[in-house]
Amino acid sequence: MTSVGTSKISGQAKELKFRDPAQARALSARLAGLCDEIGRESVQVMHVCGSHEQAIARYGLRAVLPKTLDLIMGPGCPVCVTDMPEVDEAVVLAVDGALIATYGDMVRVPGTAKSLADAASEGARVEVVYSASQAVELARSCEAEVVFFATGFETTAVATAAIVLQDDLPPNFSILSAHKYVPPAMEIVARIPETRVEGFLAAGHAATITGWGLFEDFVDRYGLPVVVAGFEPLDILAGLVRLVELIRDGQAKVENMYPRCVTREGNTVAQDQMWRVFRTASGMWRGIADIPNGNLRLREEFAHLDARARFDIDTRRLRAHVPSKLTERCICGTIMSGLALPTDCELFGKECDPENPVGACMVSSEGTCKIWHQYGGHPEL
Amino acid sequence: MCLGVPGQVVEVNGLVASVDFWGVRREVRLDIVDQPVEPGDYILNHVGFAIRKIPAEEIEETLALYEELLQAAESDMMSADVHGELEATAPEGDGHD
Repeated sequence: MTSVGTSKISGQAKELKFRDPAQARALSARLAGLCDEIGRESVQVMHVCGSHEQAIARYGLRAVLPKTLDLIMGPGCPVCVTDMPEVDEAVVLAVDGALIATYGDMVRVPGTAKSLADAASEGARVEVVYSASQAVELARSCEAEVVFFATGFETTAVATAAIVLQDDLPPNFSILSAHKYVPPAMEIVARIPETRVEGFLAAGHAATITGWGLFEDFVDRYGLPVVVAGFEPLDILAGLVRLVELIRDGQAKVENMYPRCVTREGNTVAQDQMWRVFRTASGMWRGIADIPNGNLRLREEFAHLDARARFDIDTRRLRAHVPSKLTERCICGTIMSGLALPTDCELFGKECDPENPVGACMVSSEGTCKIWHQYGGHPEL
Repeated sequence: MCLGVPGQVVEVNGLVASVDFWGVRREVRLDIVDQPVEPGDYILNHVGFAIRKIPAEEIEETLALYEELLQAAESDMMSADVHGELEATAPEGDGHD
């Protein structure tokens, strides 16, 4: 083992060159010029990442976009698209005595009858973890069956896969996978008849894993351009400029505007582990649609770690529950499909806020509604 | 949960690296990193795993966003997600290999 001395990271904050206002103005002007050239009333592009929405809303980027450029968030929040029956499975396991370990945002997401937080308030054991490793540590430290309720897109699924492939897991540890795979969801959005989406901004860190080459097939089949972008405000603006250029030119191709983190082939070590552990399965994404191959489930050979194989999870007793009138008025699914904005929802900021969320989009820090509630989404121009 | 956080590798011990995140040392697993890493390298940490070795010439651009976010108020959602990424790493001496 060797060590290094000083670290750039410990040093003083670097000048935020990507927040350079002159560059931002130049990119904004370029976008305005491009939209003028296109000359239509509206050009709509979609991103599919909660962290992108956080940055867009936090830095007020929509205020510098031309009025005719409509930037919306699609199904980019894995917690939000976790379906009620998946939450129900975790709730039943918890009520039946397992300790559920899960990422914090999952705890308050409503199931059919209750959330994990509700179950915990009635005595069930629910622990928030920040990583799959911490769930394993919990299992090592107690006698109870510990079930890791695993959510997240590819970026997070690879971490769960690495844990599954460890050879010294405690016998009381298992996984309830609600992991989601993004590319099939982009296809569903592209196929919605009323969609106006003309191009996608792909999330930089998910593409760090999958590589930008993954989107070539999508581009070929749907004729829509995809641009991979980073998370700095100027990364996002630069990504948008390239995307709108491609739309203007009628060019359907993939472009990587985040080369410092993304390569064509991606992280093949992580991909290998992910596909060794998971297979895709079709299933509902909450409020959106049944997404073919949009879920990641443990392969048969890992059945001993799969909570669904290990326990008889009978969620029927929850299904008799009649959803509240408020739940019926929630339009999370329509928002995540790109067909409505949070401000179109009559509950937004009234009956539904982060303290008393009606839908999952107001629970998760990656949910469009919660992000808009904190930062505001579409500043008045 | 989609935003990884960069740090600098201080030590490597099998599949566990001791990583410096703005002066705080934490343990990050190396099971799924794309290339071998050694002390001095920068990695992108996501939920306790290094998912990419960041090329040295690109690190400064990558750090700026996080430095601003780490100085932001605790109630800031994006900042909280970055802090969560650091919580996902193990304190030193806790990593299992």
